[in-house]
Amino acid sequence: MLKELMIPRRLVMLAIAAFLIGLCIAYGRWDWLAVPKYQKMMLTGIWNTVTLLVLTMIIGMALAIPLGLAQAVGPWYLARPAQAFCGLIRGTPLLLQLFLLYYGIGSLFPGIPGIRDSIFWPILRDAWYFGVFGLSLSVAGYEGEVMRGAFKGVPHGQLEAATAMGMPPVTLFRRIWLPQALHRVLPTLGGETVLQMKCTPLVAMITVMDIYAVSSRVRAETLIVYEPLLMLAVVYLAITGVIVTLFRWFERRVPTRTA
Amino acid sequence: MKTFALAAIAALTLGTAALADPVKIGVASEAYPPFTSPDASGNWVGWEVDFINAVCAAEAMDCVITPVAWDGIIPSLTSGQIDVIMSSMSITEERMKTIDFSDKYYNTPALIVAAKGTVASADAAGLAGKIIGVQASTTHEAYVNAHFAADAAEVKVYLTQDEANQDLAAGRIDAIQADSIAMDAFLGSEAGKACCEAVGAVAPDPAILGMGVGAGIRKGDTELLAKINAGIAKVIADGTYDTITKAYFASSIYGG
Amino acid sequence: MFALEALGASTLDLLAFSPPGWGATLLRGLWNSVQIATGAYALGALIGIAGAYGKLYGSPVTKDLLAVYTTVVRAVPELVLILILYFAVADAVNQVILALGGSRIEINGVAAGIAVLGVVQGAYATEVLRGAILAVPAGQIEAARAMGMSPILLARRITMPLMLSFAIPGLANLWLVATKDTALLAVVGFAELTQATRQAASTTKAFFTFYAAAGVLYLILSIASTILFSRIEKWARRGQRRMGG
Repeated sequence: MLKELMIPRRLVMLAIAAFLIGLCIAYGRWDWLAVPKYQKMMLTGIWNTVTLLVLTMIIGMALAIPLGLAQAVGPWYLARPAQAFCGLIRGTPLLLQLFLLYYGIGSLFPGIPGIRDSIFWPILRDAWYFGVFGLSLSVAGYEGEVMRGAFKGVPHGQLEAATAMGMPPVTLFRRIWLPQALHRVLPTLGGETVLQMKCTPLVAMITVMDIYAVSSRVRAETLIVYEPLLMLAVVYLAITGVIVTLFRWFERRVPTRTA
Repeated sequence: MKTFALAAIAALTLGTAALADPVKIGVASEAYPPFTSPDASGNWVGWEVDFINAVCAAEAMDCVITPVAWDGIIPSLTSGQIDVIMSSMSITEERMKTIDFSDKYYNTPALIVAAKGTVASADAAGLAGKIIGVQASTTHEAYVNAHFAADAAEVKVYLTQDEANQDLAAGRIDAIQADSIAMDAFLGSEAGKACCEAVGAVAPDPAILGMGVGAGIRKGDTELLAKINAGIAKVIADGTYDTITKAYFASSIYGG
Repeated sequence: MFALEALGASTLDLLAFSPPGWGATLLRGLWNSVQIATGAYALGALIGIAGAYGKLYGSPVTKDLLAVYTTVVRAVPELVLILILYFAVADAVNQVILALGGSRIEINGVAAGIAVLGVVQGAYATEVLRGAILAVPAGQIEAARAMGMSPILLARRITMPLMLSFAIPGLANLWLVATKDTALLAVVGFAELTQATRQAASTTKAFFTFYAAAGVLYLILSIASTILFSRIEKWARRGQRRMGG
């Protein structure tokens, strides 16, 4: 990538970009970055955002695999509900889903006596679990569609050959179908992870302290308008860069046979 | 280049008006009953809305109530999308660095409301180990973070006061600090009566809580500032203030 | 059972069309959402066409600048972009006007929302349209050039019609994204469906009812859009060999 940068026009553009960034740093109000309280909050926020992303991607993909499979080859009583679920998640805004989950379910609490003594209470009272749940459902809904295409795309001949050899269905799934489907999906998975990362700020609307909530707090306390937002954009760009690099490295490690 | 820029700006402002006549009064788009809240027909009603209309009538200004998101209301003022903020905004030193304020038009104490029997006193000792809820970008958020955050278990920040009230009724948080009038409305409701009680007012801290509520004006917009101040004085002097207050509250909220 | 009936009755009351029912407010919010989504989508499509042509046939500098544009917009969350653009656009326009000696102007709220969402849509549309243009069989374009067609005639008669059938699935997706992104404008206080729902829910305390009702409205919009776009795709594919079933 460095070689691509070493041509005159790109160097000029880099210089201009560095100059603009220098202007921003010189004329902007960045004193809030030095305050240790805000530094601690920012680190916590970044940690929360990354944890949220990793956790929800794992849980969501785990849910997406059965959803995709049900839609690809399931009988109608499995395929239809899976389709309905994916359609519901993809047809409504994530913000609304999070509001419905957190405040909608929360509004039912006063009507249920004894709920505060139940074992579920620590989960029901904490917004974090609602955020993880809502985002995981969203990942499952969108990736379910992707997995459906992936499962359908595995060459049917391979599955037929395996069945002809007498492979039991579970082994067939484990050894042939799932790995091949995941392989097909890998190039797009990086892009999908980035898309899901862009959904994480919405949990700030239900009181989870991710990096967006931290930046809102800084903006509210210091009344600075742009600089926290610019810092936020830089943080997200950095996280995207890490995700893309990670997936590229991962793709290189998985052997592919390009025809 | 200049013509192109002008043409682009002209295109962008298709369907907009020049800033000559109507004065745009910014209120928070998040409902804040009983001061400002939308009714089912989409009109804004409440004590503050009546007050705004009275001030505008007294000064013969053509006012338009413009809802803006609360945490973007000051940038909206400074960038010119609204002309005045009259949305229960407290006058604080910090805010005075960015905008000017009119004379105060009400001042009510900050109250701690908690689930029945959980919080003994409205101070750091009483709130130790509790989860406190506040509305974002308010003086109450700043106060709680400054005074109680060290002792409290957690401070949860909500976008609207109603959402905080909801979570208090649901039991997700133990206490709320908010304006006493807004909390009176909550405690008078079914859900509020069932779950919660007022613990008491917090110790005053004018640096954070401010010196009453005033109208926010852009720095340097002295003409409008003078008009608003004149309007507020007129409304208080001729008794309209008391008439409006009687319709909503038992006693005067002008405060000391 | 009576409790359920009472629940149903009060729910319908809340959602009723005329006050004190909030049904009309929700529908007005939906109409605003559709307006903003349509405007943003159209603006995004225009930016997308310009961007796609720029990326394919433009100078290297243009290509690099467009690459930066699409990368940044696709890497930063829409929420953050909306906040930055919303305040920056209003501020910038007013600064320019003040510098040029005029007096401050107000920017129509809907126009600002459309501009902001349009810029975000434009980055995605650039990629979709670029991929679609690349999918047009090269032979057809070469033949048209050999016949001496001017670039504009070429675009109008050959590239656009063929590209459309490849672009429709991506564009349909973009439309759904546009309708859902309008919900994010609630954070800057726009009076669209999610904001109207929040206000109604806050005022009446019937959170579940209103969020569920809003969900239903969005679903109806999304299902109707999907049906509409599949019709459009069938029309765009007319005359082409049917893809293997």
